[in-house]
Amino acid sequence: MIEARGLTKQYGDKVAVDGLSFTVRPGVVTGFLGPNGAGKSTTMRMILGLDRPSAGSVTVNGRHYAELSAPLHEVGALLEARAVHTSRSAYNHLRALAATHGISRRRVDEVIDLVGLTDVARKRAGGFSLGMGQRLGIATALLGDPPTVVLDEPVNGLDPEGIRWVRDLLKGLAAEGRTVFVSSHLMSEMALTAEHVIVVGRGRLIADTSVEEIIREASVNAVLVRSPDAAQLRAALAGPDVTVSSTEADVLQVTGLSAAQIGDTARGLDIALHELTPQRASLEEAFMTMTRDDVEYHGHLAGEAADTDAPALEGQGA
Amino acid sequence: MSTLAATTSRRPQQRVTSLRAAKSEWIKLVSLRSSWITFAASVVAVIGLGVLISYFTNSHWSEMRPEERLRFDPVDRSLAGINLAQLAIGVLGVLVVTGEYSTGMIRSSLMSVPRRLPVLAGKAVVFAGSTFVLMLGSAFVAFLLGQQVLGTHGTTLDAPHALRAVIGVPLYLTVVALFAVGIGFIVRNTAGGIATLFGLLLVAPGLGQLLPTSWQPHVLPYLPSNAGAGVYSVRTDPGMLSTWSGFAVLCAWAVAALLVGAFLLRRRDA
Repeated sequence: MIEARGLTKQYGDKVAVDGLSFTVRPGVVTGFLGPNGAGKSTTMRMILGLDRPSAGSVTVNGRHYAELSAPLHEVGALLEARAVHTSRSAYNHLRALAATHGISRRRVDEVIDLVGLTDVARKRAGGFSLGMGQRLGIATALLGDPPTVVLDEPVNGLDPEGIRWVRDLLKGLAAEGRTVFVSSHLMSEMALTAEHVIVVGRGRLIADTSVEEIIREASVNAVLVRSPDAAQLRAALAGPDVTVSSTEADVLQVTGLSAAQIGDTARGLDIALHELTPQRASLEEAFMTMTRDDVEYHGHLAGEAADTDAPALEGQGA
Repeated sequence: MSTLAATTSRRPQQRVTSLRAAKSEWIKLVSLRSSWITFAASVVAVIGLGVLISYFTNSHWSEMRPEERLRFDPVDRSLAGINLAQLAIGVLGVLVVTGEYSTGMIRSSLMSVPRRLPVLAGKAVVFAGSTFVLMLGSAFVAFLLGQQVLGTHGTTLDAPHALRAVIGVPLYLTVVALFAVGIGFIVRNTAGGIATLFGLLLVAPGLGQLLPTSWQPHVLPYLPSNAGAGVYSVRTDPGMLSTWSGFAVLCAWAVAALLVGAFLLRRRDA
């Protein structure tokens, strides 16, 4: 369980995290989403006691990280920026960290095996690919067999197989009743992994909700219907809250009715249906809509830039 | 996954202790090749240079000017390698800390020991301890070989202050090691840390000579390398502090650096 209350971090004039409050519960994978520069990494660093909050607080299992007497047994972490000495082997890296808690060499071998680094464990970590580095980071996080794991962009640099492996690993950890908190700037990845998401933009909380809920809110609730008798069906579906549009002769776009209702209506009239698909906005679209105003670094189109710049130039008048 | 699930309940939960933090620092120190190379360099410096200088002193004895012969001390000759060894020890002391900052390892270290101070203490104890043991042996070897090579101009450990000077080599280098670790935690950057350390150890005494003459006695004896020189020398420069007051001043520099480093380590974001 991770609890943030009014968590704030300021660097000079810049507010990186602005009054964040949220709770990460055990048993599900909780995604931490936001565009680049939204304050995800800073928040995670505060959870892990690396950065001191300017205001507010964050606790893990009811205690501040710095107060934990056996932190590796409480929280396992993978940070986005690498946290490994490049000249040391993966094995010695893990052994040094294990030593702080009296964790056995057997456990070190176990996690190396678990993440599939056995063949390269004695090689310099500096020579690792991004994906191998991520695996070593995950091994570090799991070293103390912690009930809570905090992972910053764990799938970064992994190949498709690695991504799937991480996804399954995270779901497995959550299924064991652990608290799993994973950041990402990819909504699509979170949609496959997380059940719950906390969305931030410019350091502020935008949403704290289930993935299902986001999809439901984002979707336009349209149903795509394909039928050889489209015209007949269209007439039958008409109603006060129902709109039906059509782009092709045998295709209908229906809003205001569920797929079930449409299907039942069609069956009642003995109309054949060739397709009946609820249209959902992709999570990516939902995410873009949600964070549109909070993106730190926009890519501007030439036209947009000209529009916004023009009044500013006039205003300067010097 | 089954590996994890199966081991969840039976894993003993062990807490972080200062001893464990120190053990971790020991593993970190010996698992880097640069540690071995630099320690080896310091051993070679103390023994090799001591023997080499002793050899040339003996072979060129007839060319020595009278005032040179007057300043000659066989103990000091055989221990002259300390000047080079302090470079190796100083660089490694800074690197032990700043290497973690430049690679990001420090985040892993502080996440596993979030009280932070045991990390500093562990590094200081492990590195200073290794330095002392290694340099103690090297100093004795350098002395004994050096006296052999000096032949008739050599002396023995029974000579006045000889034993103290030999033991002074590891003492001085150990305090330099601590000073370097402290500076590493303050500066957190390899180039800056090394520049700061050797600015104080090697450059400051030279710059101090440029001070007004009346100021010099109030500054020069208190610079770390000047203050510490007495402990590994039989002949001390006039105008410098006595052996043990000087050593105390050197220790004060190291303690100050470690205290400031500890304060900043607790306070700053990692």
